[in-house]
Parts: sequence; structure tokens; C-alpha cells
Amino acid sequence: MLNLFSLSEKKILITGASSGIGKATAILASKNDASIIIQARNEERLESCFSELNSDKLNAKIIGDLSNESDLDDIVDKSPNLDGIVLNAGIVKLAPISFIKKGDLDLLFEVNIKSSILLIQKLLKSKKINKGCSIVFVSSIASQKVTIGNSVYAATKGAINSFTKALALELSPKKIRVNAILPGFVQTNILGTEQNEEDLKKHLNNYPLGRFGEVDDIAYLIQYLLSNESSWMTGNLIPIDGGFSIK
Amino acid sequence: MEQKFLKNFKEILEVEDRDLSLEDNFREYPEWDSLANLSVIAMIDDEFGVVIDNNEFKKINTLGELFEAINLRTTK
Repeated sequence: MLNLFSLSEKKILITGASSGIGKATAILASKNDASIIIQARNEERLESCFSELNSDKLNAKIIGDLSNESDLDDIVDKSPNLDGIVLNAGIVKLAPISFIKKGDLDLLFEVNIKSSILLIQKLLKSKKINKGCSIVFVSSIASQKVTIGNSVYAATKGAINSFTKALALELSPKKIRVNAILPGFVQTNILGTEQNEEDLKKHLNNYPLGRFGEVDDIAYLIQYLLSNESSWMTGNLIPIDGGFSIK
Repeated sequence: MEQKFLKNFKEILEVEDRDLSLEDNFREYPEWDSLANLSVIAMIDDEFGVVIDNNEFKKINTLGELFEAINLRTTK
């Protein structure tokens, strides 16, 4: 049997790993023999993810708030030299443009993009990103197909897309690859109480394959991008959306 | 407070020149759409400091019911 997409011997940092796509990615990568470093704000939930990792490997967990610069330094200090980085942490706040609050605007840009830029910069300066490392940004199809009330989130994800390409270009001499994935709607808790069954049912009509995404659908793509099999991919933005963007 | 509520509601729908009644089912207004829906929830938060989540808001149909929901929380 071909042993494709193995992550054996790789050390991989995953931000926002206490739930949703981040958690699923951590568990999948761990099953595929990677050593995993997971970061999140919530200690209890991060622990629940950590307990599901393959204990034969050297894993680590780091509690920290990405909007806090000293926490970013702490993540860098505690990280080993990395072969993969998944920048997954993100928050959503729905508001029509007339009602956007500066505090929310700042927070979304802080967590969704600025923290990732600073974290990558700090890891680069500390020489913790190995040659051949694969960096995966979890962007969103919302950056290309907009919906009402989601402008700030969409804008932060658009910023991720542009930064992905620029970073890919600057790191290409070191054979460090940088790609972004653009998931459609995946049922996670990111929307909290703003989810509504009736609205979801209506929204499902926009998905030609007839279902929303599962976290594992996304984790499989991330695993491919982290693996050596994707070594000719960099600076690419990859939609994964059950057909949402063709409708 | 009722006047303030109606004034803000009219501003969102851009129907300042129309009289709205608390009996009205606002979901039947021709101007009502998903942007108005989100805007009204955001307005109630901004102007009255009251958070009504989308699930609860779905169950409210008349201006009177909405005003009552705000009142219940501001007089607590």
C-alpha cells in the first residue's frame, strides 16, 4: 500500500485548536504521525483536544490569547522548530456596515489576521520555521462570495488571502510553502447563538452537494497541504465549499 | 422611549415619512429584508443596550412585541 500524505517526523503548530477545524486538524495530523503543538485561549477545551492526540509523540499545548503580543512571544518560545503551521484561529461578528463598532473591527482584524502576521514574523526571526515547512492559512469562501452582515469577517479573510501570496513569494527561496484554504460553511460553534435552524435550512439551498462541510472535510485538505505530496503548491488559494462558489 | 424606538426603526427602513403602529407586523413591510433584520437587532443593542439573539428575534412579529421585549429588559 502506498503511504501517501504521511506527516511522520513533522512538528506542526496549530492555532485555535480547541474546537472546530483546528481540533479536527490536530487530531488527524496526530493520527498521521506528526508531533503537534496546539494553541487556544480556553484551557479546558484545549486540554480536551490534547487528550485525543497520539501520546506516542511529543506533543505540547500552549494557552494564550493571540490578540496579546506577550502571549505570541510565549507561543514562539515554547514552539520547537516547525515543519508545519496551521493558522486557524478566527472569530466572527455579524453586523450591518452601519452598525460596525470600532472595538469589534479592531478585535476581528487583531485575531483573524494581525496576530498571524506577527506570529509568523516572530517565528521567522527566531529561526523556528524549518526549510520546506508548509504554512496553511484557514481563510474563508466569505472572502470571495460575500453575504449581508459579514463584511468585516470577509475583509479580514481577504487580507489573509493577500498576505498568503506575499508571504509565499518572500519565503520561496527557503522552499517554505504558504497556501490558504477557503472553506464554505462548516458546522462549528464559531457563530454561537447567531445560528438559527430555519436560516441554516435556507442557506443549505446554496450548496449543490446538498450538505454543509464537516470539520474532517477541511482537515483532509489541510493534511494534504502539510504533507510532502503538495510540495509544488505555494501562494495558492483553495476553495473547499461543496460547490457553494459555483452557484 | 416608544417614540425613540419607532424613530430608530423608521430610520433603518428609511420610511421616516410613514406612520408605524405597534400593532404592525413589521415582517410584512415591503422594506423588510435580511439587512433590516440584522440592523434592527444591532440598533436595539446600540440604542437600548439590549441584546436579542437571532433565535429569539425570529419569534417576534409585531412592533409592539419587539418594544415589549426591550422594555422587559430595560426595566429589570
